[in-house]
Parts: sequence; C-alpha cells; structure tokens
Amino acid sequence: MGANDHIVSSFDEDLESLKAKIAQMGGLVENQCEAAVRAVHRRDKALAQRVREADAPIDAFETEIEAMSLRLLALRQPLGGDLRTVVASLKIVSDLERIGDYAANIGKRAIVLSGLPEIPPANGIVRIGSLVQSLIKDVLDAYTDDNLELAVAAWHRDEDIDELYTSLFRELLTYMMEDPRNISASTHLLFIAKNLERMGDHATNIAETVHFQIKGTKMQADRPKGDDASYIVSLPE
Amino acid sequence: MSEKTKMAKPDTSAAPQATPKMKGDKVKVFYGNKQALMDVDLDIKPNEVTALIGPSGCGKSTFLRCLNRMNDVIDICRVEGKITLDDEDIYDSSLDPVQLRARVGMVFQKPNPFPKSIYDNVAYGPRIHGTAQSKADIDEIVESSLTKAGLFGEVKDRLLEPGTGLSGGQQQRLCIARAIAVNPEVILMDEPCSALDPIATAKIEELIDELRENYTIVIVTHSMQQAARVSQRTAFFHLGELVEVGDTEQIFTNPSDTRTQGYITGRFG
Repeated sequence: MGANDHIVSSFDEDLESLKAKIAQMGGLVENQCEAAVRAVHRRDKALAQRVREADAPIDAFETEIEAMSLRLLALRQPLGGDLRTVVASLKIVSDLERIGDYAANIGKRAIVLSGLPEIPPANGIVRIGSLVQSLIKDVLDAYTDDNLELAVAAWHRDEDIDELYTSLFRELLTYMMEDPRNISASTHLLFIAKNLERMGDHATNIAETVHFQIKGTKMQADRPKGDDASYIVSLPE
Repeated sequence: MSEKTKMAKPDTSAAPQATPKMKGDKVKVFYGNKQALMDVDLDIKPNEVTALIGPSGCGKSTFLRCLNRMNDVIDICRVEGKITLDDEDIYDSSLDPVQLRARVGMVFQKPNPFPKSIYDNVAYGPRIHGTAQSKADIDEIVESSLTKAGLFGEVKDRLLEPGTGLSGGQQQRLCIARAIAVNPEVILMDEPCSALDPIATAKIEELIDELRENYTIVIVTHSMQQAARVSQRTAFFHLGELVEVGDTEQIFTNPSDTRTQGYITGRFG
C-alpha cells in the first residue's frame, strides 16, 4: 500500500473510476468540439448531423458521473482532498455537458450554413475553434494529471479567445453592412463564434475547479475578460 | 507560538479575538520514561467546542486528562509545561484539584452513573461541594441540570429509580447532568458517544451544541464525522504531537498538514 492509498482500497477504486469517467467524457467533448468546427469549415452536412446526434452519449455520461459522485458522498463521506475531488467532479461534468451542448448547437447551425452562400469569416471560426480545442484539451490534461501549472496557464489563454471573438464580431458586422444577403449566414457564424467563446469560458471554469481541487483555494486573480463584443456598435454611414 | 499553531487559519468568526478559556503551553507528559505528549501548545476558546482527533495512542486523551488533572491519579505520570484556566496555573501547588474538577467537569466514554437513584446521581456533586444546602435548592439544581441535559422529560416521574436502569444514551445524558450540576466552566468529554447508538449519539451531539452557549467544551472523538458535526475548532494529534489546529471547516476541507490530510481521508499508513 502506497502512502497515498486509502486503507479501504475500494475507496481508491471509486475515486479512480470517477476520474476515468470524467476523462472519457472529456475525450468525447473534445471530439465533438473538433468535429463541429470541421463541419462548419468544410460545409459538411453529414458530419454536422453526426455532431448533433453525438450529444446524447455526453449527457448520459453526465448522469452517470453525477450518480457516482452522489454515491461516493453518501457511502464514503469523503473529507479533505477527497471531498474536493468529488465536488470538483460534479462541477466539471456540468461544464463539460454545457460545452457539449454548444458543440451540438454549432452542428445544427453548420447544417443550415451548408445551404447558404459561403462567406469568408468562416475561416475565423476555425481559428477560434482551434484555440478553444487546445484550451479544452489542456484543462482536461491538467485535471487528469493534477497539473496546477497547466491549469493556470490554460486559464490565462481564455483572453486570446475573447479577443479573437471580438475581432470576428467586427468582421461579421462589416459583411452584414456590405450586403444584406450575408446577414443570414453572418448571424449563424456570429452565434457559432459566441458558442465557441462560451466553450472557452466553461473550459476556464474547469481550470478554476482544478485549481480548487488541488489547492483547496479559489484562483486569486479575476477571470480574464477580453470579450468586448457586447460594447461594439456599428452605425450605417 | 509554535510553527504548528501558526499554520491554522486565523479565526475570523469572533471579531475581537476572545481570550482562551484554557491554554496549554509546551505541555509534555511522560508515563515513566515514555513521552506521550511533546510540547503541545493549544488554546481552548470559550463557548466553543474543541474536538481532539487522531489515531489511537496519539495523545489526545492524555491531553484531555491533563486539563482537569485526571492524570494525577496515575503514579508514573508526569506533566511538564503549563496549563492555565482563566490565566491561572492549574498545576499550581496551592490549587485544590477537587475544586479544579468542579470547574472543569468530565464525561467519560462509558456511561458511569453511580449505583444510586437518578436524583442522587445529580445531587451528589452539589452536596459534596456544598454548593447547595436546602432540599429545595438541591431539587432545583437536579431539575435544571436534567433539563439542560435534555433528560428531565424522560425521567421526571422516576427520579428515585436507580440511574443504572436507564438506557445507555440516557445514562450518558445523566452523566452530563451530573457534570453540569456543579456548575462547571469547562466540560471535557472523552468519546462520549462511542458506546451509544446513532439516535442516542445524535441527542448527545444536539445537547453539546446547546451546552456550548454556557460552557466551554473539549471533546475527544474517534469519529471524524462527529468532530465535523459538533466542533468549531479541531486539533489533530499524531504520535504525541499536536500536528495542526484550526477551524473545523478548514481542517476537514483543506487541511494544511499532509499528516492531517492522510488521517482525515483514511489514508493513514
């Protein structure tokens, strides 16, 4: 028995399977995010449809992990770091589930977009998408490996996503003003960008939860805020 | 102040820091050549429940017994350092241990009522300490003590029946009533619930919470859930050392010391 093992070994098994389930769910969410952005980029209707349908297994994971966490709380009465692990798992699954929802929503919009004329800012989506994907990947790695530095570093990167979102917002406004026929596609792209930006926010929540789980304290600095899109106005000249 | 007590999160609950009711300063205890406690510095705050936790043999009961000089009766036991009650050294030679034990009462692991009536169990202390003379005074003390111990309603019609005829949980509450009857300032409890079923335990825990208003309580418990439920401050002992003391919430959610973390999470090897 190692120094970090519980005297009751089945307690360790419970905690390990909880972490393993979250890692699996995280893997699905990462895939969904990647596939959703690819579906937008390639105007791939079939892929977009698959993304929509693949949300159900993620929701099932959420239900299962919640049940496991409740069971652990009821039967093991975890304390200290174990208690934080269980509470963290509950918070992380709801963030992951939300990220999954946003990916499914992007899938839905990708289906509509594939039938509309193509507009250039779709490439901007790919850039935000890859930032969001790497953020999600890093926070999940930080969770799996209890890597505090990685979590904190990832948390700071959310700012880049917010900035990119703001610039994409401006760009889309310009397209809409140029030609009202772009409004439909631009609006969908805008919502997609917003979804990606929100995914980034949930990923930073996960980074904060990982910090809490490891250190037992809240992350000190304020959450980075680079999203100024809400304040942008554009008036026809 | 030692390194260990410094680690504890500052207590922000009582705005102006309350002066400790009891204070242990570099308390060492030896049983013969064996040292059972190493330089324990621990403040017991007034009107709070302080829980002492730790694995068997860690010194928590030894420390508890120092607080009302129960160790005096053990020949080979030697206590060094200083323990004060309201800044008064309780090991001072001028101090009468019997008087001290009236101010610092004790409730034991196994309910141990005297083989007397319920009434006489509670009246015993006030009689020998001479705090009450008349029958009426004693009647009043018996009723109020039993009431405070949450037992009066259950026994009021059979006060003259033997205390040993009560259930385990009732006996333990009788012992608490007996401790309260001499109007102590501090109540020490050495695993008061370990011989009781969960319902009787819950009643004692509820009682402890009520008693806190008027008394300062120190409880030794093997149940971490119990420490978490009843105490405001928790002290973790290991191998005769006070490893960590802090707000109960902090000790059970985010302990500073890895040994505390290991113990409370059930990883102690």
